Parts: sequence; C-alpha cells; structure tokens
Amino acid sequence: MSIKLAPPVTEPATTPVAIRPASLTSPTAVTPEPADPAEVVFALQDFSCYYGSFRAVREINLEIERNRITAIIGPSGCGKSTLLRSFNRMNDLIPTARVDGRILYHGVDLYADGVDPVEVRRRIGMVFQKPNPFPKSIYDNVAFGPRVAGFRGDLAALVEESLRRAALWDEVKDKLKSPGTSLSGGQQQRLCIARAIAVEPDVILMDEPCSALDPIATLRIEELMKELREKYTIVIVTHNMQQAARASDTTVFLTMGEDRAGYLVESAPTEQLFTRPTNELTEQYITGRFG
Amino acid sequence: MTSVTRSAVEAGLHSGKRDWTGMVAALALLATLLLSLGILFVLLGDIFARALPVFAERGLDFLSSPLSARPEQAGVLQGIVGSIILTIFVVVLAMPIGIAAAVYLEEYAADNRLARLINTNIRNLAGVPAIVYGLLGLAVFVTTLGMGRSLLAGGLTLAILVLPIVVITTAEALRAVPQTIREAAFGVGATRSEVISGHVLPYAMPGILTGTVLTLARAFGETAPLIMVGAITGVFRNAPENVGELLQGPFTALPTMVFAWSKEVKDEFRALTAAAIIVLLVVILAVNAAAILLRNRYDRRW
Repeated sequence: MSIKLAPPVTEPATTPVAIRPASLTSPTAVTPEPADPAEVVFALQDFSCYYGSFRAVREINLEIERNRITAIIGPSGCGKSTLLRSFNRMNDLIPTARVDGRILYHGVDLYADGVDPVEVRRRIGMVFQKPNPFPKSIYDNVAFGPRVAGFRGDLAALVEESLRRAALWDEVKDKLKSPGTSLSGGQQQRLCIARAIAVEPDVILMDEPCSALDPIATLRIEELMKELREKYTIVIVTHNMQQAARASDTTVFLTMGEDRAGYLVESAPTEQLFTRPTNELTEQYITGRFG
Repeated sequence: MTSVTRSAVEAGLHSGKRDWTGMVAALALLATLLLSLGILFVLLGDIFARALPVFAERGLDFLSSPLSARPEQAGVLQGIVGSIILTIFVVVLAMPIGIAAAVYLEEYAADNRLARLINTNIRNLAGVPAIVYGLLGLAVFVTTLGMGRSLLAGGLTLAILVLPIVVITTAEALRAVPQTIREAAFGVGATRSEVISGHVLPYAMPGILTGTVLTLARAFGETAPLIMVGAITGVFRNAPENVGELLQGPFTALPTMVFAWSKEVKDEFRALTAAAIIVLLVVILAVNAAAILLRNRYDRRW
C-alpha cells in the first residue's frame, strides 16, 4: 500500500522547528537524497484550506510516497485542485486563501514560519490544466527556471536533456527559437513538463494536464508520466477515472460534504480502489452513479 | 413541420422573407458613420484650403520662423520646440512614475479597501478637466514653488495631467496578462520580481506602449492648462544659453499658438492658424502612427 491514511496523532518527533533543514529557508539548492521506495514525500495532517470563510478542503490526512504516481479523483468542486495547489503553496497567490493543519514535505512543515514559497516551488514543480507556455521561444521556456535558480553550467545541454525527458526533443530540436505558443496543444503541454523538470524538482504536480488534449496526446503524456516516475514523485489531479486507473499507482478519492468542503473518502493502490473499494461512496463514484 | 419532402424543403429554404429591420439598422449605422466622417472631412478640407497658400508661399520658412506680430514673418518654430520639450517632460516624468505606480497597484498591493480607494481616485483624476490641472500648476508650480511662467512649470503640469491616464492604461495592460502565465513562472520557482520583470512587464509592454504613446498625443494637444500656467500667446524672444535658462524661460506650444492666432485681428492670421493646425495634426498623426507600429511589432498571442 503506497498511500494510507496518516494516523491522526502528530508524531512528536516531526516538529517543524526540530527537523527543518536549512535548505528550505535558504536560497541554496540541494538535491534530494537518493530514493527510498517507501519514503513518504508528503504527509498531510488534518490539513484544511480556506478561501475567506469558505472551507474548500477539510481535515485531510494522507501520505504520498516517493516515485509513485498518485492520482486525485473526485467530483467537480470537491477541492482536488485546491489540495494539489497546496502542495507547492501556489494558493499563496490567492489573497484570501489560508490553511489549517500541516503538510509535511520530507518531514518539514511547508506552511511553517520562515519557509520560502519560492524554494518550495523550486522543488515541487507544477504542470497546469491548460498548457501555458510563455510567449517566448521554446528554448527560453525551458531555460527560464534554471536561469532564475542561478544555474551555472551548460544551459543548452540542460534544455536538451529536459526536452528529451519530456519526449519533445525530436519534434522541436530544429526550431528551438520558435515561440512555444506555436506548438500544438499536446506539444505545448510536454513543453510545460520540460519546463517543470528543467529545474530538477523532486515532485511534479499535474492539475488535469490532459483535459485540453486529444486522446493521442493524452496517451503520450500518460506514457511520459510513467517514465518520469523513475525519477520524480508525481501527483496528478484528474477528472478522468480511466486515466487514474490507467496511469496511476495510487488513487485518492475526494468528495464534497454537506458544507461543500472536500474531504478524503479513500486512498488505496489504484487497482484495489477500482476493483475493491472499501467505501460505498467510492464505489458509487467509480461506477458512475454520482459525480 | 409536417412532411419532409423535397418540395417542402425547397419552399421552406426559399422563404422569400427579408430581414428588413436588419437592413434598416445597417443603413442607419452607415449613415451615422458617413455623417461623422463627412463633418471631419469638411473641417479638414476647409483647413487645408486655408493653409495651402501659407505653405505654398512660405514653405519651410513657416516651420523655422519664430513668433512675430507681422503675419508674413510669423512661424511655428517656438511652438514646435516648446511642444517637443513638453512632451519630453511627459516621457521622462509621467511614464516611469505612472508605469511603476501601476505595477505596484496591480502586482504588489493587497486588494483591500485602501487599494480600491486609490484605484477609484486615479480613475476620477483621469476624468478631471484639463483646466483644473492648469489651476493646480498655476498654484503649485508657478506660484508656490516660484517657477514662474516657465517651460518647467508647463512640463510638470502636463506630466501630472497625463499621469493618471498612464497609470490606468498600464494597469489595464498588466491585467490583460493571463494569470496562468504568472502561475507558470511562479511554478518553476521565480520570485515575484522575476515574474514581473521576466514575464508580466515584457508581455504587457505592447499595451503599455500603445496606451502611453496615445497619452503623449493627448499631452501634445492640450491648450487650456498651458495657458493657465503662462504659455505665451503673444510674441517672445528667447535665446537661452543653457538648458537651465531654457527651462526657466518663457515658452509656447503648438496648440497655444493656434489658440492665440485664431484671436488675432489681422486677416492674414486666419491662414496662419490653419497652417499651424496642419502642423499640429501631422505631429499628432505621426505619434499615433508610431503607437500603432509599436503595438504591431510587439503583438503576441497567448
């Protein structure tokens, strides 16, 4: 079981002050330690997120493990994207957003005082619902992240490597100077993936990355995710249950309560969740009876 | 619909009905367009007809002569120089300050009551009549700060006049940059200033340039506030020895000269007025054309 409900009790050993590495609060980049298959990347403890007085997700307890693809599914408006955007503090950009509880990232509370959201996002990259390449050249799209991270080295090689890993290099190697916006939708999304991995993140968050793509482009992205899993931890929000079933190792099912706040119903290895769900709501959802 | 036979479909598709209301509306709209264009062309034609003799007789001499009480010697040189220097004031003062203020309001300021109050006020300031800015310039720059009726006071007044418009057009251009672009840049670990300098400002630049260059044309055409702060409507002679003297000296501008000449008693000044209007129009058209070229050059799609 790669994801399990975290115990509701906070372990005393993981107080943020005691174990927070200096790297999260200082601008020096540190590459994560070698992968340990069972290592927990994210541990959510009673995590809630509010927009103003509205609670969008409620008291989530969840662990996300390293080098797995974790899919978050659930009906529209249940807070999947909000939850995902909490993992790299992207919700900080929304002035009314605030959180309660904790998200421990390798044991460090992401929302503790002094944690620099810029450093968080450098380690936890994101691919968005609609492909959003910068209106710059393909090269500059990929090179922007390393540049602001102060990358010293062969930038051209890094750009090539990132585009190769995003399975886009062969299609764009002759037109690196053309604008990223001139590519097709599927290519743009792979460009966004290349942009995300160019800063050597630890985790890649994907917010419905295929919702604007055709089935063939969708399959390419799913294949790509399986390759990227070797190196990264991937959390993907998807509307598409077949996609979760096809492409993920673990599936997390959220739904909405009476108060319209999203809460976690069940998280389990994907195969188990789709064949033997333990919760009735999960079963109703995956069989298409609601949502 | 009863039967779907070929003849029924044929008859149905050739209904013979015409969209009379639509045609009447289109004609009415065309008429309003022709009316406004017609008025414009009559005015322009009249001015061209009056101005032509001046350009035919005097040629470039009209452009290179200073003000004079004698119509056969009077020219627009001082007006062109004054207008250009006033425009430089606007470029150097109003644009950087206005763009910076807009960046702060749009990208940094929290969306609270104070920010909304400031935004509303800037919008209102943009709607304040120019003559009020003239009064402000007279009270603050000319009198209180003791600058006198100088080019400096005129330039500062015009800069303040267009400042709110620069802020508004810049803010609108910044708002037109999709939030997804900001998220993309934040998402790879850029700081707010890197997001703004690397993405938001460059992508908003065509809009900012178009908007602010158009405000330049506006500043170029303003008359009332300049007369308030003492643009010369008669004759003056100045031979400044340095920039300081130039800025503290008397001045005039093209629209002010148009205003002054139109009040002259001598009939010959009618033609001079028309000729000065042509010069003013040519300059403003050139500025607008530059704005369009800039916009096309930087045009981009998301």
